[in-house]
Amino acid sequence: MKKSKSIQHPEYEKTPMSRRVFIRRIATAGGLGGAATYVATAPEDWPLSMKDRTGLRSVPLVTPLRLRDYRVERPSQAVDIGLGRQGDTAEKLRRALDAIGGLTHYIKPDDIVLVKPNVAFDRSPNLGATSNPELLEILIRMLLVDCRAQEVRVADNPIESPADCFAKSGIRYASEKAGGRIYLPDSNAFKMLQTPGAELIGQWWFFHRPFTNVDKVIGLAPVKDHNLCGASIGMKNWYGLLGGTRNQFHQDIHAIVSDLTLMMKPTLTIVDGTHVLMQNGPTGGDPSNVKAGNAVLASVDPVAVDAWAYEHLLERGRDYPEYMFKAEAKGSGSINWEGRVREITG
Amino acid sequence: MKRIDQLISSLSVRRILRITNVRILAQLFFFSIFLFSVWATWTSRLGGYPVSRILEIDPLVMISTMLSTGYVYRYLGWGLLILGVTLLFGRVFCNWVCPYGSLHQFVGWLFNIGRARDRIDENRYRSIYFLKYAILVVLLILAFMGALQIGLLDPICLMYRSFATVVAPATDMVIDTVSLKANNLELDTLWLDSLKFGPGTARRVFVGSFWIGLFIFGLVSANLLIPRFFCRVLCPLGALLGVISRFSLFRINRDVHKCTDCNLCLTRCEGAADPQGAVRLSECFSCMNCIDDCPEDALSFSLVRLDTKQVIPAPSMSRRKLMFASVLGLATYPFIKNHGVNTDENFSGALIRPPGSVEESEFLSKCIKCDQCINACPTNVLQPATLQEAGIEGLWTPVMNFNIGHCQLKCTLCSEVCPTGAIRKITVEEKLGKGSFEEQGPIRLGTAFYDTGRCLPHAMEIPCVVCEEVCPVSPKAIQTKDVEIKNVFEEIVVLNKPFIVPDLCIGCGICQTECPVKDERAVYVTAIGESRSRERRLLLRTREVG
Repeated sequence: MKKSKSIQHPEYEKTPMSRRVFIRRIATAGGLGGAATYVATAPEDWPLSMKDRTGLRSVPLVTPLRLRDYRVERPSQAVDIGLGRQGDTAEKLRRALDAIGGLTHYIKPDDIVLVKPNVAFDRSPNLGATSNPELLEILIRMLLVDCRAQEVRVADNPIESPADCFAKSGIRYASEKAGGRIYLPDSNAFKMLQTPGAELIGQWWFFHRPFTNVDKVIGLAPVKDHNLCGASIGMKNWYGLLGGTRNQFHQDIHAIVSDLTLMMKPTLTIVDGTHVLMQNGPTGGDPSNVKAGNAVLASVDPVAVDAWAYEHLLERGRDYPEYMFKAEAKGSGSINWEGRVREITG
Repeated sequence: MKRIDQLISSLSVRRILRITNVRILAQLFFFSIFLFSVWATWTSRLGGYPVSRILEIDPLVMISTMLSTGYVYRYLGWGLLILGVTLLFGRVFCNWVCPYGSLHQFVGWLFNIGRARDRIDENRYRSIYFLKYAILVVLLILAFMGALQIGLLDPICLMYRSFATVVAPATDMVIDTVSLKANNLELDTLWLDSLKFGPGTARRVFVGSFWIGLFIFGLVSANLLIPRFFCRVLCPLGALLGVISRFSLFRINRDVHKCTDCNLCLTRCEGAADPQGAVRLSECFSCMNCIDDCPEDALSFSLVRLDTKQVIPAPSMSRRKLMFASVLGLATYPFIKNHGVNTDENFSGALIRPPGSVEESEFLSKCIKCDQCINACPTNVLQPATLQEAGIEGLWTPVMNFNIGHCQLKCTLCSEVCPTGAIRKITVEEKLGKGSFEEQGPIRLGTAFYDTGRCLPHAMEIPCVVCEEVCPVSPKAIQTKDVEIKNVFEEIVVLNKPFIVPDLCIGCGICQTECPVKDERAVYVTAIGESRSRERRLLLRTREVG
C-alpha cells in the first residue's frame, strides 16, 4: 500500500469529488428543499399539505359521543314502580323488582351491565351520603347469578378522592366481594358527550370509559336532602357521570337535573330507601341526620319514582322540586305515580 | 483443556460471590425498598406497611430532632440500628444501604468513564472534602437552637422529597399521556390506568417542584465533575457516620509488605479514602472495591492484626475550621429566624398546616421536609411550601393549597406517615372532635371567608352555593340567607346568599376547592383560627349550635 504524503508535500495527491457524487448531492439537497417547500407552502387542500393559513386547522377535532337509549319495555301485566318493604334488604329488593316484571326480564344473559351508585363523598355507609353497599352487593349477585350477566361494572366520579370514596363508603369491598368491576375516573376516562335537546349540557365531558360496549344501565341512588334543589334521588344521581366544571351546574340546578334525564335513559332506577338522609344534605355527616327508611324501589320511570320517594321517604309532601316538573316537560316520565306503584306483600 | 479450565474458574462460586457483587445486591434491595415505600405511600396501597421506615432509620433525623425537641419521636429509635452497624463496619450505610448513594454511584458508573490513570487521580482525597463536616456542625447547631434544617441536605429526606414531588408525578404524567394516545387509537388501555400504576390521583401537581427537581438534578450531575460529589463533599449524614466510623471494629487494612504501591486500589475507590496510603476511616464507604482491584492481595477488611500506623481515624478538619463552622451555625439561626414570616404577628394566611400539626415554632423544630405527608395526601392539597408562605426556614415544608384540593374529613394519612411528629399522629375521632375529644372540639386548620364582590349570589344575582352543598360538617358551617328577587332580566330568582358560621368551620377548604370562581375564589380559607396555636386563634369562644 502506498504511503500517503502529508498535505504540505508537493506530491500530495488530491482526490476530487466525482461527477456522480456531485449530481447526487445536488439532487438530494434539491429534493429535500423542494419537498419541504411543498409541504409548508402548498394550499391547504392539496395532498400532504401541512399549511395552516388561519391557525384553525391545528385546533383538535372533538367528535362528541352519543349515548344509547338503555330502556327495556316493561311486561304489560307489571307496573312502573315496584316497592319492597318487607323482609331483609335482599327480600325488599326482590319484591320491588318482581312488581315491575322481575330483573331477568330486563337483563338478558351475556349482557354487560353498568351499575351507577352514588359514591360522591368519603363517608361511611351509615351516614346516608352514599349508596348502601349491602344493596349493591345483593344487586350484583342477582345480575351475575340470576340474570347470568357477562360483566357488572360499577362506576362513579366522586367529589372527593375516588380511591378513598370507594373504599370508605364500602362500595369497593361490596362490589369486589360480589364479583363486580370498579371503574375509577382517571384523567383520560372522559369524552365529550352530545345530548340533543338538553338546555345546558348539549355538550359536556362524560365519564365514558365504563360505558364501552355496555348493554344495560342501572342507577342505584340513595335518598338525600339537598339544600339547593330540594332532594337528590334517582335523577340527580346521574350527575356523577359528568366531569369538567361541574361546579357551574348550581347556577341552574333544576335545568341541569332535568337535562340529566335526557342524557341518560336507564334500564332501571333502583332507589335505595334503606338509609334516608333527612337533613344537612347532600353531605350529611352525623348519624342523627339519617332515618331508617326500610324501603327499596325499582322503577322504569325515573321521574315517578323520585316523586314517590320525595313524598314518602323524605316526607316532604307534594310540593315537588322544580326539576321534577321540568323533567316531566322534557318527556322523561310523569310525576303522577298514583295507580302505578305495586307493593308485593305477604 | 486450558480454555475450559479458564471458563470454569471464571464461573466459580468464588468469583460470582465476590463481596462487591453481594454489595450490589444489597444496594438493589434497598433501592427497591425505597421505591416501594414511595409507591406504597398512597391511600389505596397503604396496607399497614411501615412506609416511613426508610426515613426513620436515618440516625441524623434521630439525633437532630433529639437536639431540637429533647425527645425521640415514635419510631425514630430505629436510627440506632444504623449507628450500631457503623460502629461495627464503618460507613457501610453509604455504599450498601443509602438509595441516594446508590443513585450517585450508578450515575457515575454509567457516565463517568475514563482511563484507569485518570480515575486514580479523581479518587484521591481532596481537602474540600472536609466541607461536609462543617455542614453537619452548622445543621446540628441550628437544630439545637430550634431551627431544623437537616432536611435540605440529608440524603434520605432529599431523595424522598424529590421522588415524591418530581419523579412520581412525572411517571404519572408519562403513563397518562401514553394512555391518552393509545385511547385515541381506539386501543383498550385499562391496563394503563394511571390510578393503578402511578402513585397519583389523576394528574397530581406540586407547586415549585421545578426547583426541587433542579436541586437533585444538579447534585446528580455534579458526579461528572467530582465522582460521588454529594457523598464526598456535602452529605451531612455521611459526615455524622464518618465521625463515628473512627471507632468501627472492622476496617480496610493494607499489608505494607505485600503492597507494591501500584495505586490500582484507587481506580474505583468510592469514598476517596486513600487506601493506597494511610486509609482515612472517616471517608471510607466500605465499598470493598479496593480489595477487588488489588493485584497483590494486600488489602483486607478485617478486625484483627490491623496496621496502627497506616490509618487516619478522624476527619481532617482543623480546630479553626470547626470553630468557624460553629460560629456560622450560631449566626445562621437568627439570620433565618429574623426573616420575619414565621412570627405570630406576620404569618402568611396561606400557611395552613395539615391536621395534627403542632404549633408553628415547634413544627419548624420537627419537620425534616421529607414531604412524605405530601406523598400520602389523597387529594393533592398538601404542597411543598414556597418562600412566599413559609420563608427560608419553612421552605418545602407541607402547606395546604385549597385551590388544588381539600382536606378530606375522615383522612389522617399525613399524620400517620410523618416520621418526626411535626404532624402528630391523630385519629379520625380526634380530628373531628368526637368521642373522648368532644370537650376539645375538632381540629381547625383555618377559617373560611367570603369575597362577596366575587360571589355569584352576593354580587351577580346568580344562584350558586356549591360551597354550602359540599360543606362536610353537621350542622353545616356555611348557612344561607334566602331571598327572592327580581333580577335585571325581570325574572324571579331565589338567591341563597351564603355566609360562614365560624364556630362550625374547621377550615377543610372544600368550599374553596369547589368554588366556580376559579382564579381568585369567592370563598377562601386562611390560617387564622387554627386550633394548633393559641396565638393564632380567632374566636373568644365557640357557640353551641342546635
